[in-house]
Amino acid sequence: MMNYFPDEVIEHIFDYVVSHRDRNALSLVCKSWYRIERCTRQRVFIGNCYSISPERLIQRFPGLKSLTLKGKPHFADFSLVPYGWGGFVYPWIEALAKSRVGLEELRLKRMVVSDESLELLSRSFTNFKSLVLVSCEGFSTDGLAAIAANCRYLRELDLQENEVEDHKGQWLSCFPDSCTSLVSLNFACLKGEVSLGALERLVARSPNLKSLKLNRSVPLDALQRIMTRAPQLADLGIGSFVQDPESEAFIKLKNTILKCKSITSLSGLLEVAPHCVAAIYPICPNLTSLNLSYAAGIQGNDLIKLIRHCVKLQRLWIMDCIGDKGLGVVAKTCTDLQELRVFPSVPFGNALAVTEVGLVAISMGCPKLHSLLYFCQQMTNAALITVAKNCPNFIRFRLCILDATKADPDTNQPLDEGFGAIVQSCRRLRRLSLSGKLTDQVFLYIGMYAEKLEMLSIAFAGDSDKGMLYVLNGCKKLRKLEIRDCPFGNMALLTDVGKYETMRSLWMSSCEVTVGACKLLAKKMPRLNVEIFNESEQEDCILEDGQKVEKMYLYRTLAGKRKDAPEYVWTL
Amino acid sequence: MWSQSQSGTHSSESDAVDCCNLKETELTLGLPGTKRSFSDTVDLLHLATSLNKTKLPTPKEQVVGWPPVRASRKNAMKSCKFVKVAVDGAPYLRKVDLELYDSYEHLMTELETMFCGLAIRNHLMNERKLMESGNGIEYMPTYEDKDGDWMLVGDVPWKMFVESCKRMRLMISSEAIGLGPRSSSKCSGST
Repeated sequence: MMNYFPDEVIEHIFDYVVSHRDRNALSLVCKSWYRIERCTRQRVFIGNCYSISPERLIQRFPGLKSLTLKGKPHFADFSLVPYGWGGFVYPWIEALAKSRVGLEELRLKRMVVSDESLELLSRSFTNFKSLVLVSCEGFSTDGLAAIAANCRYLRELDLQENEVEDHKGQWLSCFPDSCTSLVSLNFACLKGEVSLGALERLVARSPNLKSLKLNRSVPLDALQRIMTRAPQLADLGIGSFVQDPESEAFIKLKNTILKCKSITSLSGLLEVAPHCVAAIYPICPNLTSLNLSYAAGIQGNDLIKLIRHCVKLQRLWIMDCIGDKGLGVVAKTCTDLQELRVFPSVPFGNALAVTEVGLVAISMGCPKLHSLLYFCQQMTNAALITVAKNCPNFIRFRLCILDATKADPDTNQPLDEGFGAIVQSCRRLRRLSLSGKLTDQVFLYIGMYAEKLEMLSIAFAGDSDKGMLYVLNGCKKLRKLEIRDCPFGNMALLTDVGKYETMRSLWMSSCEVTVGACKLLAKKMPRLNVEIFNESEQEDCILEDGQKVEKMYLYRTLAGKRKDAPEYVWTL
Repeated sequence: MWSQSQSGTHSSESDAVDCCNLKETELTLGLPGTKRSFSDTVDLLHLATSLNKTKLPTPKEQVVGWPPVRASRKNAMKSCKFVKVAVDGAPYLRKVDLELYDSYEHLMTELETMFCGLAIRNHLMNERKLMESGNGIEYMPTYEDKDGDWMLVGDVPWKMFVESCKRMRLMISSEAIGLGPRSSSKCSGST
């Protein structure tokens, strides 16, 4: 029926299809839909920058305006990927610039972004509007200065958890006076000082600014002036919040806060004096999102008192110093809570950190909870079974017991039954991270029930190849599997090699797979890149087939072997 | 299970080195080279043992990448240093986290509330005394430094004290005579 419509009509209908997954499905219907879809696609997501070449991307989607690219494997966040692995954005920007793509938006995660790439980016795309960098590295404030100076229509500059070299340059002063389009500015991860004058002027001439996240160098009195000039802010990240409560600046700030009615999201508070916390209370009742995961200065009762004011929270990120008692208060106060992340406040676990008690309380008070990251001291099967019953809506469930192989402290049993209950009752689960003592049994449950699971992280778990096989055979939607320190070997790796073409990637480190098995896999599956990392200091050492592979990363690709790999990466 | 991750000595060793280098270049408020947190100590210990190629039972803290927390978050974490505090004549000891305080005054106030009945009577530059208000007994705050010497609290800058203090003892003043830099060759330097 639709084939009788002229292309223009179909094009118009396609405009209403926005999700990447639906667009992909459209392109598979017939040749004409493929053609119409590819010419009208503006937003593309590439989950692995080595899975396809930039040239192929541009050839297929000439109307591209927004690109999301991801680089290094997820475990890079936790120092498991050695320095210099790759994930460079420069070739992408170069190719896009050369083909005169009308790029307006670039979102990068875990990529190496040089100042040179930012410079090229800033000069190549006249309508460039949005740059979002998450967990990226390799650039400095000089690159940011180029973006500020040259992207005339910039709306969004969002720097999340990047490693940025700070040249103490006046990068904020590089925004020209004509730049009035900013909607979102986040530089919370920068370590150095910024020019407060330039910042205040920029805020003053940006009437559409909705989101502003400051770094710790921005003091409280500057915050006060900024808030006066931008009462329209909805999303605020506070840098430093330290001031004598008797001082004039602090009293002014308290008055300014009373007028900020539009703030619904608060983060930062990177430096806080406990006696200043009460000044935030007036904005708390409106907050739907609160991120105190970097606010090490707010602890104990100050933290609990603050939470009591936040009755509308849907998202809460917090440190474990809140304790089980504090989580009980969260459960009573934040009944709309959908996402909770509890991070460790002390590097190696704090005897007072949260336990199963806090999680059970949350599950009882917050039935809408669908996303959890929970670093805790211990967990029990009984607690997990209760949580599974109370919150069947989990999409993301990541539990990290600080002692990675700790059993249920009440029964001394592995946590198989507890996680089993989670996968059995949370049928929409897409992401799962396991920890604690676990046998192959948990993987049997996961393979059996986790039908929608897309990403699974496993550490120090399982007994044999069977564990991994249960997952590979069972989880039909699995895209990313990351495994460290598990006794999974060649049999598990090689039993169903076709599976890896349906997945984005597989990471295995400190497992039982050997060089020979990886070679065999690479030979059988030409569309996979099988990388093993040889970090041995002897440069000319030869890897014997029987030798165990310390780290292996495999991913499907249409681009073939990559040419930018460092010496320690052996692509088989 | 843990032993597996340590069997790859190369990777964990190089990571330990990386970690130390990062810490060295990190900006801190402490005096140069004086402050070292618990995590560094662990890494250094590990570095030392792996360099000597001696197989010691390694604590689980050394597993690279566990707990799975990104480096930027680790920097934001609060370090802590718990030490025992004994008071002469008191039947029990208490523990305090020195990292919670930013000065000697702050710590003394805390000790005052912790051992109720003690009150700060005198804190001159180098002489801090807690005095029991009831019976008039004078207490001197002392501490054992990392070399095992008993020192008077207040001799060194606060950060250095936090780093080197192993435990504290509030001594009855009359017994504390003879402590401090005057009698300790390692601190006097000029003698």
